[in-house]
Amino acid sequence: MDATDATRTPLVVLRDISVSFGGVRAVDQVSAELYEGEVLGIVGHNGAGKSTLVKVLSGACKRDGGTIAIRGEDANIDNPRDARRYGIETIYQTLALADNVDAAANIFLGRELKTRWGTLDDLAMEAQARSVMGRLNPHFARFKDPVKSLSGGQRQSVAIARAILFNARILIMDEPTAALGPQETAQVGELVRKLKAERIGIILISHDIHDLFDLADRICAMKNGRVVGTARVSDVSKDEVLGMIILGKCPPGATPGPGAMVLETR
Amino acid sequence: MKPGRLHPLALFLRSTELDTRTLGLIAALLLIWIAFHLLSGGLFLTPRNLWNLSVQSSSVAVMATGMVLVIVTRNIDLSIGSMLGFIGMIMGVVQADWLPKLFGFEYPATWALTLAAGLAIGVVLGALQGFIIAYLGIPSFIVTLGGLLVWRGAAWWVTSGQTVAPLDDTFRLMGGGPEGSIGATWSWLVGIAACVAVVLSLANGRARRKKFQFPLRPIAAEIFLAGIACAAILGAIAVVNAYPWPIGSVRRYAQANHIVVPEGGLFIAHGIAIPVLVAIGVGVVMTFLAKRTRFGRYVYAIGGNPEAAELAGVNTRWVVMKVFMLMGLLAALSGAISIARLNAATNSEGTLAELLVIAASVIGGTSLAGGVGTVAGAMLGAVLMQSLQSGMVLLGVDTPLQNIVVGAVLVIAAWLDAVYRRRAGAAGS
Repeated sequence: MDATDATRTPLVVLRDISVSFGGVRAVDQVSAELYEGEVLGIVGHNGAGKSTLVKVLSGACKRDGGTIAIRGEDANIDNPRDARRYGIETIYQTLALADNVDAAANIFLGRELKTRWGTLDDLAMEAQARSVMGRLNPHFARFKDPVKSLSGGQRQSVAIARAILFNARILIMDEPTAALGPQETAQVGELVRKLKAERIGIILISHDIHDLFDLADRICAMKNGRVVGTARVSDVSKDEVLGMIILGKCPPGATPGPGAMVLETR
Repeated sequence: MKPGRLHPLALFLRSTELDTRTLGLIAALLLIWIAFHLLSGGLFLTPRNLWNLSVQSSSVAVMATGMVLVIVTRNIDLSIGSMLGFIGMIMGVVQADWLPKLFGFEYPATWALTLAAGLAIGVVLGALQGFIIAYLGIPSFIVTLGGLLVWRGAAWWVTSGQTVAPLDDTFRLMGGGPEGSIGATWSWLVGIAACVAVVLSLANGRARRKKFQFPLRPIAAEIFLAGIACAAILGAIAVVNAYPWPIGSVRRYAQANHIVVPEGGLFIAHGIAIPVLVAIGVGVVMTFLAKRTRFGRYVYAIGGNPEAAELAGVNTRWVVMKVFMLMGLLAALSGAISIARLNAATNSEGTLAELLVIAASVIGGTSLAGGVGTVAGAMLGAVLMQSLQSGMVLLGVDTPLQNIVVGAVLVIAAWLDAVYRRRAGAAGS
């Protein structure tokens, strides 16, 4: 990343994104950038607007204002299908799995493989599912069972497999390790590094600041729907990030956003 | 899941990968049949009764295949009985009034034009309800409850309540009866074709699994499956071929074809009734739609988690609307079978049919919570309900008591299914 950021076209530019639910501004004039091969960590309290912001990018949530540009060009993202066309894949916090069907059906949901007669090619899908799950979770063997009966970690692997199988260029991970034990969390960390090496841009939402400092290149802190500040992880300390999250106080190492506490006016 | 503790027979059954819930349903059906047979002093398991049972089940079975998909998407359709009545009236008027005015009576294409008109109207009515449900976001319970009243009223309106009869002779074949059956030879041919299809599909599945190097069923299990399926098919054909035409029909047929009826009567077998053939065809097509197409996959995914389906890029509204269009089409087809069987279109045709269809689906293992249910199960459910009803008629049980029994069975079936599901969920398989 380093010094090249300023000269390269960002993979994603979110500009002045706003989303309101009723009278509440869940996301208020948020701008952010994501570069190729970069991990952008988004932090904030529950209700800070992190999930809503990334849902705008993944097409799951309609924005009331603002623009999205992908590789410098304006992108029309109004639904999840649009987002997938731009190579945006999302691992949702809720995992968004259809509980009653099996792993392969979930992984290929919305882009099923077909035989030459136009019917579902379940065996081909299962074969590919086996290969991708083999990389993520080598012990996974329950390809015939509905995902409802899987453990939290197994379900999470299915959701991750779905996101990485289709050559994502932009990967959104909303609390990807929430249901995982320490060993599986480490695996996800490894995966993030590997995908990063493949030049995929990753937006990572996490509550775990230690994880974020390990994985992210930059951190964007949100509070009450606004960006408090954005900083390289090397330029701020964990305490300063906590200060952004809790107090809305932008440290000197970060670029302040519209949500930063301005002392003069108070 | 400890295979070591299982009985060898249980292990073998597991290796066939048959659905245990469907097996349970078949077992329940066989128990009911045997019980009625014993209680009625040997009247139930006769070719005549089983043939009638198959014809009586077909109308509800056809609609149950669509109701499964409706319920799987977490919706309900209460309007199909009324829709059946309304479309039945229209089909009655079209074939008995409009088309004869244009082409004269017994025009050879009358049945086809009538049926096509009925099916088209079914799709349109289904599309209208589906649109309101999927795109305007009104709960299906309300929309189709409205439909129940609207279409029943409309059915009266078609002829101001007058019954339309008689119907076109060719159209009537859809209702069954001696002429509306395909006879012994064709029945055997259909049966053999079905057996060949079963064997080919098992062989094809095995070949494809081999290609992907997936675990295969033991060859003994494959042969066992093929054997059971073929025996069931050919056994059913033998039963319907053992049911002779009634003496009156034989006499008319003999007169028309200048055959002298030999002493002791002429044996002409019914064979498979056309409505049964239609129902089986619908079952095969609907199973194919549900299991092997994208549409079917989306139907189940929507039932499992509508939000997830939407996030995965599925156009959930359009899928739900299509499900209701399909339901309308099947209600129209059922209407054709019903009026053909009665040889009359009445505005009360199909009253309460929606409840029988929903009951058949639930008995067949469809969960009202959505996401779970099979076409084959719902069809078996329809046969089970019809078996209860006709069995009680054979035993001379009063109608009110029949209703009580059917109602109780419905609730017990739903309870057993809930227990099964909870245990299966706890076992983690």
